[in-house]
Amino acid sequence: MATSSTAAPPASPGHPAGHAALVRDLQNALGAAAVLHLPEDLIAFEYDATIERALPEVVVFPATTEDVSAAVRIAEQHLRPVVPRGSGSGLSGGAVPLTGGVLVVLTKMNRILEIDRANRVAVLQPGVINLQLQEAVAPHGLLFAPDPSSQRVCSLGGNVANNSGGPHTLAHGSTVNHVLGLEVVLPGGRITRLGGRLVDAPGIDLRGLFVGSEGTLGIVTEITVRLVRAAPAVRTLVAVFDSVEAASEAVSAIIRRGIIPVALEMLDREIIRLVEPRIHAGYPLDAGAVLLIEVEGLAEGVDADGAAVEEACHLAGAREIRVAHTAAERDRLWEARKVGIGAIGAASPAFYLLDGVVPRTRLPAVMRGVMETSARYGFRVANIFHAGDGNLHPNLMFDPDEEGATARVLECAEEIMRLCVDAGGAVTGEHGIGLEKRSYMEWIYSPADLAAMHAVRVAFGGAERFNPCKVLPGGHGCASGHGAEAMAAIRRGSDSV
Amino acid sequence: MTTHTEHEHAHGLQFVGLDIPSKADLQNCIHCGFCLPACPTYIATGQELESPRGRLHLISSVLDGRIDATDRVLGHLDLCLQCRACETACPSSVPYGRIMEDARAAILANAPAAQPRGWRTRALLLREVLARPSRLRVALALGRLYTRSGAQALVRGPLGASLRGMLPPALARLESSAPVLDRAPFRTTGVLARPTSGSGTRVALLLGCVQGEIYPQVHEATVRVLQHAGCEVVAPEGQGCCGALHSHAGDAETARALARRNIAAFERAGVEAVIVNAAGCGAAMKEYGRLLRHDTRWAERAERFSVGVRDVLEFVAERDFANGLGRVERTVTLQDACHLAHAQRIREAPRAILRAIPGLQLVEMRTPDRCCGSAGLYSAVQPEMSATILDAKMADIASTGAATVCTSNPGCTMQIEAGVRRTGLDAEVCHVIEILDEAIRAGR
Repeated sequence: MATSSTAAPPASPGHPAGHAALVRDLQNALGAAAVLHLPEDLIAFEYDATIERALPEVVVFPATTEDVSAAVRIAEQHLRPVVPRGSGSGLSGGAVPLTGGVLVVLTKMNRILEIDRANRVAVLQPGVINLQLQEAVAPHGLLFAPDPSSQRVCSLGGNVANNSGGPHTLAHGSTVNHVLGLEVVLPGGRITRLGGRLVDAPGIDLRGLFVGSEGTLGIVTEITVRLVRAAPAVRTLVAVFDSVEAASEAVSAIIRRGIIPVALEMLDREIIRLVEPRIHAGYPLDAGAVLLIEVEGLAEGVDADGAAVEEACHLAGAREIRVAHTAAERDRLWEARKVGIGAIGAASPAFYLLDGVVPRTRLPAVMRGVMETSARYGFRVANIFHAGDGNLHPNLMFDPDEEGATARVLECAEEIMRLCVDAGGAVTGEHGIGLEKRSYMEWIYSPADLAAMHAVRVAFGGAERFNPCKVLPGGHGCASGHGAEAMAAIRRGSDSV
Repeated sequence: MTTHTEHEHAHGLQFVGLDIPSKADLQNCIHCGFCLPACPTYIATGQELESPRGRLHLISSVLDGRIDATDRVLGHLDLCLQCRACETACPSSVPYGRIMEDARAAILANAPAAQPRGWRTRALLLREVLARPSRLRVALALGRLYTRSGAQALVRGPLGASLRGMLPPALARLESSAPVLDRAPFRTTGVLARPTSGSGTRVALLLGCVQGEIYPQVHEATVRVLQHAGCEVVAPEGQGCCGALHSHAGDAETARALARRNIAAFERAGVEAVIVNAAGCGAAMKEYGRLLRHDTRWAERAERFSVGVRDVLEFVAERDFANGLGRVERTVTLQDACHLAHAQRIREAPRAILRAIPGLQLVEMRTPDRCCGSAGLYSAVQPEMSATILDAKMADIASTGAATVCTSNPGCTMQIEAGVRRTGLDAEVCHVIEILDEAIRAGR
């Protein structure tokens, strides 16, 4: 058995002082069944959907807001940080507890508390799954507009923390545009309500501040969301291009015509070849790239917009345009989009999913840069992303067991992120900053900008209380750079022993 | 591999032997979590450790030597139904079923004294009873006696409440899920049917260990349907239990022995296809190639054999079966057997068959492809989780208003029958092939 030579670190690094007392207090407050503390239990909470890893000291499963409040209070008494976690499907390491502490897992708070059809409002607990909400409101002809590709697993609490987007963000805006009110637990375990049920609550908009704060200010325990009416007509088209650049040109051409499709997604050749044999959606295997475009509205408007989109694509060099004629065809096309990232996992031992955003007019040049950069580093790259938003998702494929590969991937990613920033873009479109991208924050914000953000964290109890080491660069006890980098170093170290 | 000292055992086990889970299989997992909402035990617990992703991470961590396979770890592996719903939900094609089977086998490959007791007992029971027809028949004869003597009806009847109260809870639960054994078993071998016209396709039927004993009518219906579809049907001598439950429990050695026996028996029959009417068995037999991959003498034969294995619904749906079907006035709902929908990826065939029957109305439940909690021995080993999952299933079935629940696996039939008894739902449970048989006979 030669499997243990490439071992990652052991699961029990030794606990800080007062561990037993911390566990006992949490057990007393939440019940023994709601607290995990053994190494072989904790190990299943060291990850999210990135390559980052870090073990919590204790994991708790609150059932109520009061449980969350108690956990926060106890953690504070024991000088431990608190890290919230939903489904663990995050893409920036946001729920990875880099400095240990108490991981508050909200999956058991998963009830939809109210659906108010007349006012188009729903009230839910943070562990509710995005798709669970969609399925609950669909019979009423309503939907919750943010629809991340991970919507069948990601929690609404996670959506709020990351201000998540999705294909339909292009027309409807991201999560912040759809959250009306929040119940949150603040330092000291104080329970507060932010916003309300109306679109515009008086006073300082702390609700807006909380959405996208990635669990660094407190823990969301209840969410009031705005629902939108499902459009009466929808048209889904696939435009086939010979190159990513031509497809990128078409994106700008469509928007320039004054049409805002509800979704405008790009899949490149590499991703089509991975996903099409699985899903059989009908994406041509020899395409350089395809655009998956959706327009919706009243039937007449959809006809006109659809025709304009087709014309714009043809002028940009589309060699073929297909229209989905049935709901089943449309579902297949979207299914391929939603499992696309996962299909990469089957093709490569590991991959690094990037999330950057650029002005959409700069897409052709930046995409060219992405291809050139990854080729120079010798990585296969697959692109599947929200082209309409200029929100790139290059996926760099690599083998973490290959000497130095992880470090090179991070270097390559950094170069690509630079390209985005130099083009006037930013280092995250929708996945959040988390652990992965905090060191890039200095590229887009001045020290004064970052100090302003830090001041907000101080106002909410300081940088070490909730989700330390996330979003903002530096911080006490936070290793510089990536958890993944540290992990790779450890792997290399153990290999050479 | 080194022997385990007392000290090591106290800290848990490592993976040993031939079937250690493959690192390459595990690396396919990208931790996206798409499997979570598909997993019945995650749905029931909301707990990462009871999810496919969590279990894969535990297995990886044991493999990497980061943790030992302690009783707690084994408990999480054990709570898995092996329904493989995570496989069809997985965008990265992680072969979860075989990773879990390998992990269990790599635990059971430890020295007997070190093996977890429950696992050892289960493997022993499967090896010494299920895999041995004579012993299985004795056990079932006792069951038949229990049914026919009237004792079962008495215990389950209105006057049985006090009797049921006298049973220890575990035994009462077991009693309530036991099948009604009121039919003569189907044990016929040799030629079962000749085609009604022409030479026909020669196919062999797997009699299996429990289908013919508990649900002989399913074999009878299968034979008639295959004959109607123009087949000559034989049941080769020397065949036996498929070994699926042994594989699932980690007793790979017994599973391999059973596989070799079946391969030899069916090869001699010289047939175009081996027809299986129990989804769990079909799934296992389609994987004989992998099971015997280390066995140089059998690997190729096993691979060839597996290619010829077909579920009866898959086989029939591809043939000209719909001619001359009579009316069957029923409202039916379909429970996808996990090992048909998820392991064999067959979903359309049973639906195509049911839809082709005039008069029959198919009403889908909300999650037809979610496990019913039967899962082989699971309902006996994990009665509480099994009951939780069954309750959800029964609610889903009830909401369809269907009078008939169709399945494609004896374990599911048994479990849903138990659910029907428990909830008092007015519904009968049967195999899809029985309904098709009814339509064929109605058309004559």
